[in-house]
Amino acid sequence: MPSEFTVRVNGALVSVSAGATVAVAMVIAGQPCRNSVMGEPRGPLCGMGICFECRAVVNGIPHSRTCQLLCEPDMEVKTDE
Amino acid sequence: MNNYSREQFDVLVVGGGPAGIAAAVRAAESGVRVGVVDENVVPGGQIWRGGPSEGPHSSDASSWLLRLKKAGVIVLCGKRVFHHPEAGVIMAEGLDDVWELSYRNLVLATGARERFLPFPGWTLPNVMGAGGLQALVKSGLPAQGKRVVVAGTGPLLLAVAAYLRQHGAEIPLICEQTSWRRLARFGMSLMSHPGKITQGLQLKRDIAGVPFEANSWIIAAHGEKALEGVTVSHAGRTGVIKCDYLACGFHLVPNTELAILLGCRTRNGYVQVNDLQQTTVEGILCAGEPTGIGGVDLALIEGQIAGLAATGRTSEAQALFPKRERFRRFARLLDATFCLRSELRSLPSPDTLICRCEDVPYSRLREHTSWRSAKLHTRCGMGPCQGRICGPATQFLFKWNPDSVRPPLFPARVELLAAQPQSIPEVTGEIQ
Amino acid sequence: MSKETYDVVIVGAGIVGAACADVFATRGLRVVVVDRDVVGSGATAAGMGHIVVMDDSDAQFALTNYSQRLWHELRPDLPEDVEYEQSGTIWVGADEEEMAEVHRKREYYQKRGVAVEVMDVCHLKEAEPNLRDGLAGGLLVPGDAVLYPPCAARFLITRAQQRGAKLRLGASVVQISEGSVRLSDGQEVAGGIIVNAAGANAAELTAGIDVKKRKGHLVITDRYPGFLRHQLVELGYLKSAHSVSRDSVAFNVQPRRTGQILIGSSRQYGAEHKEVDQVMLARMVRRAQEYMPALGSMSAVRVWTGFRAATPDKLPLIGPCPGYKSVFLATGHEGLGITTSLGTAKLLVDQVTGSKPEIAVEPYLPSRTAKEYAHA
Repeated sequence: MPSEFTVRVNGALVSVSAGATVAVAMVIAGQPCRNSVMGEPRGPLCGMGICFECRAVVNGIPHSRTCQLLCEPDMEVKTDE
Repeated sequence: MNNYSREQFDVLVVGGGPAGIAAAVRAAESGVRVGVVDENVVPGGQIWRGGPSEGPHSSDASSWLLRLKKAGVIVLCGKRVFHHPEAGVIMAEGLDDVWELSYRNLVLATGARERFLPFPGWTLPNVMGAGGLQALVKSGLPAQGKRVVVAGTGPLLLAVAAYLRQHGAEIPLICEQTSWRRLARFGMSLMSHPGKITQGLQLKRDIAGVPFEANSWIIAAHGEKALEGVTVSHAGRTGVIKCDYLACGFHLVPNTELAILLGCRTRNGYVQVNDLQQTTVEGILCAGEPTGIGGVDLALIEGQIAGLAATGRTSEAQALFPKRERFRRFARLLDATFCLRSELRSLPSPDTLICRCEDVPYSRLREHTSWRSAKLHTRCGMGPCQGRICGPATQFLFKWNPDSVRPPLFPARVELLAAQPQSIPEVTGEIQ
Repeated sequence: MSKETYDVVIVGAGIVGAACADVFATRGLRVVVVDRDVVGSGATAAGMGHIVVMDDSDAQFALTNYSQRLWHELRPDLPEDVEYEQSGTIWVGADEEEMAEVHRKREYYQKRGVAVEVMDVCHLKEAEPNLRDGLAGGLLVPGDAVLYPPCAARFLITRAQQRGAKLRLGASVVQISEGSVRLSDGQEVAGGIIVNAAGANAAELTAGIDVKKRKGHLVITDRYPGFLRHQLVELGYLKSAHSVSRDSVAFNVQPRRTGQILIGSSRQYGAEHKEVDQVMLARMVRRAQEYMPALGSMSAVRVWTGFRAATPDKLPLIGPCPGYKSVFLATGHEGLGITTSLGTAKLLVDQVTGSKPEIAVEPYLPSRTAKEYAHA
């Protein structure tokens, strides 16, 4: 894996270092990980896989916990609706 | 189902932080089959968490991680324990695999998580846990040039502030809710813990020049789509500070869910253990934060005692008791110093969300008299975090006691619930 | 010790007790509801909340159909959090044999004025694209609905309270006797009539009634809006649900308004402990995956169990308890308590007040099983 690569967050390319989690890519992109039940934007809170606020759609899989998931080149990430 | 594996251990350790590593290393000395299962990518737990922007670990961490490597322990990382299908078996889920782990002795070293308390705006993106933001920076989030207010309570705040600063963040303020009086008493008591003083002095150098206020807490976070600033209360006055991130945590809550699922008794929120770290369930031991929040030194000692006890080396375990007692005194000191002030109970406004999974506001919870009633009628705590965030918050706000723990321990793929442990006979006959 | 006195003491604040309290209070009676826990915390909390017309027997049809009508009438008054959705039920036919049952069922329902629609395999696939290929068809019952039972119970209790009913939670009834109940703290609560609406625990309080615990498991997923649109039940359900002695599982899934999916169902006798039974859970989940393979990769948030109150003839006990003058029963609803709670309450209050019931009460009278005993 290259030491720097890009992933796509809600359509926009974001450059990350190898070893960065998907949650990190989303925070760098300034995109919410998910929209809450009432439609509020949410981002990571606990950073350790407990709070489930960082759930997003990763390569088509909804509710993926992005703080526990490493970025891979060309990953497609979207805000979980 | 993808990749179904089975493993059997004489001693299985859940959690690869300091307590778990110490337990596994000491147990493996007896030559028995020892395994560690941990949900993170690499062992080390939250405190020794590595990552791409990380330098070398502290010397303690390096030496224990090396010992683990050499001990012949089977380490299963990236696997999260989600189920206890029958006595002597737990199940763990990986990204595309599932493990059925049987054990003779089980050591629970499940660590702790941050306590979060709700205030208006706490659900905005970029309001994070103190440990949470640190974990994100450790896994690659650039902190350079970011303004970060650090707030809440506990020794973690200073460590996080120092860490963020090393990584280029500007810390306009650290707000500690406890009083100067308590902090001073804490400082005096440290005299009997020389190791802690050294750590403290190092920390002090790392955060030299960073404004620090006691008797101070966040009363609101502001922003349109993400955090833009916070309102801070200090000595009866309030002020607004602009910032990019708020790193906010109110000390720690033990992860006792697995212990409860396994039937271990708890007392005052902690897993009940005897001198040898044995729980009330035969063959199950517990070490580290779930038995009392005491930090890494206590965790290492308790882990060793558990590892020794699990392999019958009782007298060696007993030799560590005095050391453990010393660190336990420190744990009690932490509790007394950083206990939460009652003003924090009045921070939520009626529309402040308490349960972030299900968006349940304070006003809907107020009318309930118990956690169970609130859960059933408002769905508070029924989302995927299963009450791990709002449970401790409502315990503080309303003095509710969280109820029983149900499988799966963490949300897990539906198909994994259909897994049948080997020892359970396949049911023959028709389905209907 | 002073004794509280009411016209009606209802034991159990589940959906049945709540519905009874609502109707009794409406008729102007002084009511108290006593529960050891909180409102809707037993089978009401554990069940799915399916408002369904069933035709296992004529009596079952009469009560479920009557009750469903009452739910439809109540609908405008239900608050948001009851999450009432008229999603309809599809009885899924897997093969030609089950399609024969689809046609039989259609005729039965239509004859009695219940709207139904036979679906061929294309129509079924269109309605529920996530069902597996190779099924035969189904029967759509569009009038069936789903709701969130604990909030429905709470709504009924709150309405009863607004009409003067009293609610005593955290009060454990240890004994029901003629004209009064005794609480665990020794206190007595007296009433002109006592209603045992304690669900699966009813037999612990009234000796001699044949209500057994029938354990069930449910799984709930995270939110997947649009994945599932109707309550889906396999047609084998009728056979399995009413096999009175064997443990069984059936494909039975429900879309919640939240986008979450409830996955059921299992039935077990003689299992008294609340813990999840891995064998049953595994069988139940496999069965669901057989019908809807994509369920397998969904995130399961929680698994739990509960106890249905089962009777030998699969009909509830509604009416005076044999051998007592003042004790009435409202229990034994098995898996249909949410649906039939409203009908139960009406039939009970009609018997107590001597009004003419809208459907015949005889099939549900507790004395029927007492007779069976006499002959046994």
